[in-house]
Amino acid sequence: MIEETTVKMTKRIWIHSVVGAATAAALTSVAWAQGAPVKIGVLATLEGPFAAGGADGMRGAELAIRQRGGVVAGRKIEMVRASSNANPDVAVNAVRKLVEQDKVDLVVGPLSGGEGIAVKDYSKTQPNMTFINGGSGAQATTLQNPSPNFFRFNTEGAQWMVGLGKAAVDKGYKRVMVIAEDYAFPYSQVQGFMSEFCRLGGKVPVKAWVPLGGKDYSSVIARIPKDVDALLVVLGGADAVNFLNQYEAAGGDKPMMGGSITVSQDVLNYRGKRRDSLVGTISAGPYADSFDGADWKAFVADYQKNYPVSAGGYPSPSLFALVYYTNMKAALDALEQVKGDLSGGQAKYREALSKLELKMPTGTVKLDSNRQAIGTTFVTEVVKDSKGDLTTRVLRKVDNVDQMLGMKREEFQMGSRDVPACP
Amino acid sequence: MKWGTRAWAWLLIGGPITLFSLWAIVDNPRLYFITLLNGLTLASLYFIVASGFTLVFGLMRNVNLAHGSLYLLGGYVGFFVAEKTGWWVLALAAGFLAAALAGLLLQTLILRHMQGQDLRQTMVTIGLSIVVADLLLWAFTAQVHQMDAPEWLQGPIRNIPLIKAYSAYRLSLLAAGIIIGVFLWWLLARTTVGAMIRAGVDDRQMLAASGVNVNLVFAVTFMLGAGLAGLGGVIGAVELSMVPGEDTRLLLASLIVVIVGGMGSVVGAALGAVILGLAETYGLAYAPTYSVVFTFVILILVLAFRPRGILGKPA
Amino acid sequence: MSAAQWRRAMNGGLRHAAGSSGQPPVRVQASAVASGAAAVDPYADSDAPRWLKFLWRTLSARHVLTFGLALVFPFVATPFFTFQVAAQALVLGLIALSLTFLGGYGGIVSLAQMSVAGMAGYALAILGASSTPISLDWPWWLAVIFAVLIATVCATVIGWLSVRTEGIYTIMITLAFGVAFYYLALQNYTLFNGFQGFQKVYPPHVLGVNWRDPLPFYFLSLFWAMAGYFAVKWIVRTPFGVALQGVRDNPRRMAALGFNVVAHRVAAYAVAGFMAAIGGVLMVWYNGLITPGSVNTGWQINILVIAVLGGMRHPIGAFLGAIIFVLLQTFAIDLIDRERFNLVIGVVFLAIVLFSPDGLLGLWAKLRRRFGSDPSVTSPSHRQ
Repeated sequence: MIEETTVKMTKRIWIHSVVGAATAAALTSVAWAQGAPVKIGVLATLEGPFAAGGADGMRGAELAIRQRGGVVAGRKIEMVRASSNANPDVAVNAVRKLVEQDKVDLVVGPLSGGEGIAVKDYSKTQPNMTFINGGSGAQATTLQNPSPNFFRFNTEGAQWMVGLGKAAVDKGYKRVMVIAEDYAFPYSQVQGFMSEFCRLGGKVPVKAWVPLGGKDYSSVIARIPKDVDALLVVLGGADAVNFLNQYEAAGGDKPMMGGSITVSQDVLNYRGKRRDSLVGTISAGPYADSFDGADWKAFVADYQKNYPVSAGGYPSPSLFALVYYTNMKAALDALEQVKGDLSGGQAKYREALSKLELKMPTGTVKLDSNRQAIGTTFVTEVVKDSKGDLTTRVLRKVDNVDQMLGMKREEFQMGSRDVPACP
Repeated sequence: MKWGTRAWAWLLIGGPITLFSLWAIVDNPRLYFITLLNGLTLASLYFIVASGFTLVFGLMRNVNLAHGSLYLLGGYVGFFVAEKTGWWVLALAAGFLAAALAGLLLQTLILRHMQGQDLRQTMVTIGLSIVVADLLLWAFTAQVHQMDAPEWLQGPIRNIPLIKAYSAYRLSLLAAGIIIGVFLWWLLARTTVGAMIRAGVDDRQMLAASGVNVNLVFAVTFMLGAGLAGLGGVIGAVELSMVPGEDTRLLLASLIVVIVGGMGSVVGAALGAVILGLAETYGLAYAPTYSVVFTFVILILVLAFRPRGILGKPA
Repeated sequence: MSAAQWRRAMNGGLRHAAGSSGQPPVRVQASAVASGAAAVDPYADSDAPRWLKFLWRTLSARHVLTFGLALVFPFVATPFFTFQVAAQALVLGLIALSLTFLGGYGGIVSLAQMSVAGMAGYALAILGASSTPISLDWPWWLAVIFAVLIATVCATVIGWLSVRTEGIYTIMITLAFGVAFYYLALQNYTLFNGFQGFQKVYPPHVLGVNWRDPLPFYFLSLFWAMAGYFAVKWIVRTPFGVALQGVRDNPRRMAALGFNVVAHRVAAYAVAGFMAAIGGVLMVWYNGLITPGSVNTGWQINILVIAVLGGMRHPIGAFLGAIIFVLLQTFAIDLIDRERFNLVIGVVFLAIVLFSPDGLLGLWAKLRRRFGSDPSVTSPSHRQ
């Protein structure tokens, strides 16, 4: 009798616990699936020549995540960092680790142009993974053999120079000498400038391509012809200061125009004797420090609040912070649109990305048929403010700049050392 | 070398150079002479850094592939001091002393125990250079640091006959190189200390037996060599700015200068520096795409046919 | 009588003495500077073919065990580990093996091995198929053969130019070659496509298999790594190999004996160049691209680090060093800041060079000597 009762009791307890466990499992699994964290791999150059830029890019991506409180569509966001050093093979190894070992759900990156092309080639071997650009700005990434799952929400080097050619002609520069580093990004910048400048009647008699990493501009300076009106200098900010120093020391006095990364804080803080001649330098790029838009000001304030200078941030977000922020924001906005649903080989997600109209601090961005951004470019000029410091002001804002730079596809030629040419 | 072979060598090398110079002077004389000055001033910087290297290797047979790191260290310390105090001369001294101190530590703690093991010294200093480069990167980040030339050296010197204007700072570089070269020669050839150093290299035992503290002499020499690298770092920081990667570049330049000129000879280092500086600058001016390959081709040719350098002494 | 004639006479005489029954003669040590004990050959009298006897002599339990593990590994590990860790380690190990051969057995430390590998890689990209218009699109087998040939010829030229230098000078001239090649690849656009390099250089689809998939590529690399390993072990026991070791130990005495020191060294460069060239082809196939960044100064020094890490006394050292290097490189970002990866590698390298110049193998030997009981196995002068 007692055994029967005990058996019944045990059976009841057993059934109850099984049912209870099953219910609990069902409940938690549903809740778990709903709130399963989404892992986003972020790749930036944390070593090598662009290490400082890569660190700021990470900050930009993190800022986009923080703005959403770390959650998107009810799912917690887990950011997995990876690092490269501007070498394509290191970048591909890092991305492969993110995708195959760390099992991320999507990848945001890389930073430099050559890496971008290599990652795009890798993305074709992983059709069920979505890759969104970080900061790479080479034209070829989306113009030649584009990949169906590689998206770029930032405009590239050539698009960044649209409007500068006209501004140069407006200033009366008819003959311009180009001084730029010898690799893909400056080629696209020069192409963006020259396609407009040459069409409006300007002439570029000499193009001086400086070997990458070279710091001695004395030979280039010696070759500057006497009859050019201005110099287009497409060098990094710090190299531009070197150039200015050496140019001033050699007795040069021609006005300068800057590429998108040339007129940086380093140049604006230049303390040489030629400081005053820097006033009036025109340049173009995807943003302007002094832009008056409300969204831009909010973005800058947010960056400064989250990453004060004491914690290692820059006084104002750099180019890399902006592009990583843009791309990460696009990734999260589209994820919100599909309510966090990454199933079915992420097809729905990619569809949402292609149609996304992204609202970012400098305007709205849409994608073209190659999944390349159509965005806004700013033409800026260096002015002296009331305190006597150098700063920039916006001359002109050009919207809807696409990768064809407004030309027809048949006319368009990708930038290289000799193309375009109008001596 | 027989007189006949010597004449042929001069002809083979001197011929193309003369032809090229004639063409260049007729084509664009200003460019040619500016490039000449640029090359000589760059050579001065290379000489200052490489003289330290040749002092250390040629005399003490200590291979120090961390020489480039000492250059970088001196440059960063000098930059830091210049920022804080605003005195360029102080920065020069600080860079020299910092590198000299680092060199002293390197010599006494590590290299002294490996005297004679060339390969091991090479590997250890390579490892050290990797570690130091990363530590400096950590401390100073990858940002480019520029130093300003002192007020009295800024700006161009005007009204020079053909060239019209030239950088005062670069001319001062040339002067510095000559002064340091003369000082080194005088130190080694005319002072007691120099005699002790040379004696210690020839026969260490005998020198010790005659009552000289050989370890001290060698340590001082190493300090001087390292300090020269640091000094070069501060000077180069103004002209070429401080960035990670400069250490490898300057190390390679020092290696080329010392190998082409001959290890252990200060005159050889001067000769090698002039050859390298001129080759690099003329290459940059007239054929920028291949200037670097050109300099390495010179190095390879010299090593292939005169393995000890042009003025090198046998081991 | 020259050394070659002496050797022929010795071997020929014995052959006559053994009669025409086909019995192979006892192996004779070729030079007067034999390093280590004279080889006692337990298989001397058997009838088996020479290669089988070589295998019986060289293989031991640990070889079979390692081989078994290597065969089974890809089936238990994830494709990521098989491809990115194991296959990459095998390829880098093969290139480092060429340096171990040159440095450990030839006494020549050459920093140009990665450049030779890069030359093979670039040649393959230029002659074969890639996404750049410069490529000539030759059939893959033709491109591979020519790439290896070109790189070996270049290695021989480098060797011929560097052969009269010694020690630190050799390091410098080979470093100079490497840097010159890097700048040539960086700044030449007609042939090397400059900074961009060549993308989409993939292994072919042969016999219905895509050789870039993790498993096939792993076995391909394993095959060539083993080929390199056994080739080195075989070469160092041939008359050439032993003479090379003699040249390493005392070139003047070897020259006095009539050996052509320069020829032996140049031949060593050529053999090492051939191994590095094969490694270079595999490396390009692994990466799927080649850029100047693949052959820069950092990589030249990395190969030296790999070879020294493992130990230059034995061919397996190169692969040991490669495995550790790849593991550190891949997982450093998870353990410490990836940014400080170079610092970790530098410190490890420094520690090994300061305290155990024979690398990990030397450490292992020291430990065995401390705790083991068989001095002959771990005697440092015993080269195997």
